[in-house]
Amino acid sequence: VSDIVRTRSRPLSFRPSPAGWIALGSAVAFAIIALATGQAAQLSWEGITGLLERMVALGITAIGQTLVIIAGSIDLSVAHLISVSAVLTSFFMQGDSNGFLVPVVAVLGIAAFVGLINGLLVAWLAVNPLIATLGTGLILQGVLSAAFNDFAGAVAKSFQSFAYGTIGPLPISLLTFALLSMNAIFVLRRTVFGAHLYAVGGNSAGARFAGIRTERVVITAHVAASLLAGVTGLYLASRLGSGAPWVGESGLYDLESIAVVVIGGTLLSGGRGGIGGTLAGVLLFAVLDAGFNMIGVDPFLKQILRGAIVVAAVAAYAFRTKAYVG
Amino acid sequence: MSAVDLKSGAGGLAGMRVRLRIAPVYLVLLALCAAITWYNPSFIEPAGLMNFLRRAAPLAILTCGQLFVLATGGFDLSVGSLITFTVIAASLLTLGDALLTWPAITFLYGVGLTVGLVNGLVVHRLKVPSIITTLGMLLMLKGAALAWSGGSPRGYLPENFRAFGRLVWRDIPVIDTLPLAVIVLVIFVAISWWLLHSTQFGKLALAIGDNARAAELSGVLVGRVRVAAFVISAISAVTAGILIGGYSGVSVDAGNGMDLQAIAAAVIGGVRLLGGRGSVPGAVAGALSLYALFTLLNFLGLPQPVRLAVQGAILIVAAAIAGRQRREA
Repeated sequence: VSDIVRTRSRPLSFRPSPAGWIALGSAVAFAIIALATGQAAQLSWEGITGLLERMVALGITAIGQTLVIIAGSIDLSVAHLISVSAVLTSFFMQGDSNGFLVPVVAVLGIAAFVGLINGLLVAWLAVNPLIATLGTGLILQGVLSAAFNDFAGAVAKSFQSFAYGTIGPLPISLLTFALLSMNAIFVLRRTVFGAHLYAVGGNSAGARFAGIRTERVVITAHVAASLLAGVTGLYLASRLGSGAPWVGESGLYDLESIAVVVIGGTLLSGGRGGIGGTLAGVLLFAVLDAGFNMIGVDPFLKQILRGAIVVAAVAAYAFRTKAYVG
Repeated sequence: MSAVDLKSGAGGLAGMRVRLRIAPVYLVLLALCAAITWYNPSFIEPAGLMNFLRRAAPLAILTCGQLFVLATGGFDLSVGSLITFTVIAASLLTLGDALLTWPAITFLYGVGLTVGLVNGLVVHRLKVPSIITTLGMLLMLKGAALAWSGGSPRGYLPENFRAFGRLVWRDIPVIDTLPLAVIVLVIFVAISWWLLHSTQFGKLALAIGDNARAAELSGVLVGRVRVAAFVISAISAVTAGILIGGYSGVSVDAGNGMDLQAIAAAVIGGVRLLGGRGSVPGAVAGALSLYALFTLLNFLGLPQPVRLAVQGAILIVAAAIAGRQRREA
């Protein structure tokens, strides 16, 4: 088996995949903008880790989104779940009074529960995943906004090191992001569960005939995606010092996580794709963000451009599809 | 689900089980109206009902527009921000000058036409899923409205512009009062009804939603029908925006979340998500039910955000029921 893998990986030819081109192009664009606007300092170690830190929140969410999309589902509830977990993190911690371990476990538990509900709705009740997760997202946001209308509580001092601390020269947030990414890549490429995800997303009926418990696979993917959205909520609470009920929605994590997954070459209909492409898409968005800041684009114009770029980027992949797109 | 539906059972009992069935949405609407009357008896008087219709008109119009996109198997999430854009643009264009009302309205319908065309063409030609296309459009319209107004919209609308949402004729026989918004509503619903249920276009829209491939193979110009559906939806949003500008004035929040309300209303009205089934009377009854539900939640003193949660629950339950029906079929 290892021989086959080796011959297919073509170690001598340097031919980047589309995702590779996106990553390369983004990096070059970042360098050009930094030099052209006279901000060469952006190319220092601090500048580059700063750019990479812009990837963390969207990146962690997008890893989860990649998993559910490969499994043939989708998750529109992530933005609202991020708000819920960010608010609950700081609300549970109440400064230093409750430590941070129990609140973190509680928040992740709630996130996993939301994922379980999403998964059950999609896999058992056969609710269209767009509608099911839109619905759970609305319920989460409604309950959250009814209970909280502003920043709630504060995170523990020690917990802020999740966003601001470093180990040696490396920010802890980046290390976490890198670990989660590698973990997801490993799961997709080297585990039976990963193979099942692709099988279920590619041909659900076929996978079932092959003896795969398709419901279980879809539910697990949803739990994983919600857990990762929960981690993003923890990270945002740590960075802001406190969670507010609009942090997820205003970050557009639902739309953007789907957009970067598609930009990375993962099929929206499931069955094909991977984490590498998604990470390239996330880098592209981080560069756009940083680039707009360096050039000093008006924030409203930035929103217009983002909307246009999301659609254009998805179109660049999708326009060749023959199938009817809903 | 049509208003009256002949349902025949399977097997040997088929003949026995043919019966008339009323779509559940009408019963839901009746029950909600009864509940509101319990709290507020003046609701059932002509003036109370007319006022309710006036307030519900934008949502009902929006739901009719959304129905066309839903029927062809898509979603239009950009209508809420198109309403925001309409309200803000109207105040910036007229600057309170009554003479500029009609030019502004013409311009706004031009914008609506363009937005619908772009949505439809991007979905059909570039094959971008409608959820992503219209979310992108949502960002662009909201950004454009904010950029144009500098982030904090000021100004006010001229009185003759606000009349569409506010003007009420009094002392009319039988119905007592007659708001202009209700006339707009009736006209929009009548046109939608005719388009969906009496024209070739309407039948094709439903056929595409049912099975796009089959429709295409039998010679339907799928692209034109789909683009037209998005245009109708955008036009409905501009119309709703003009009414909303009339009674709630200029704000960045006008129209917020109304896209999902329209989808939820359509689902309550028996419209099948991902296409193929839906009716204008059902959609209107769904919109009125949802608005009646909001009114009732208000009477019960529940906070505004609970509306969101209720909508979410409605969407899930309706989609679960539809999913089950589809599997049984």
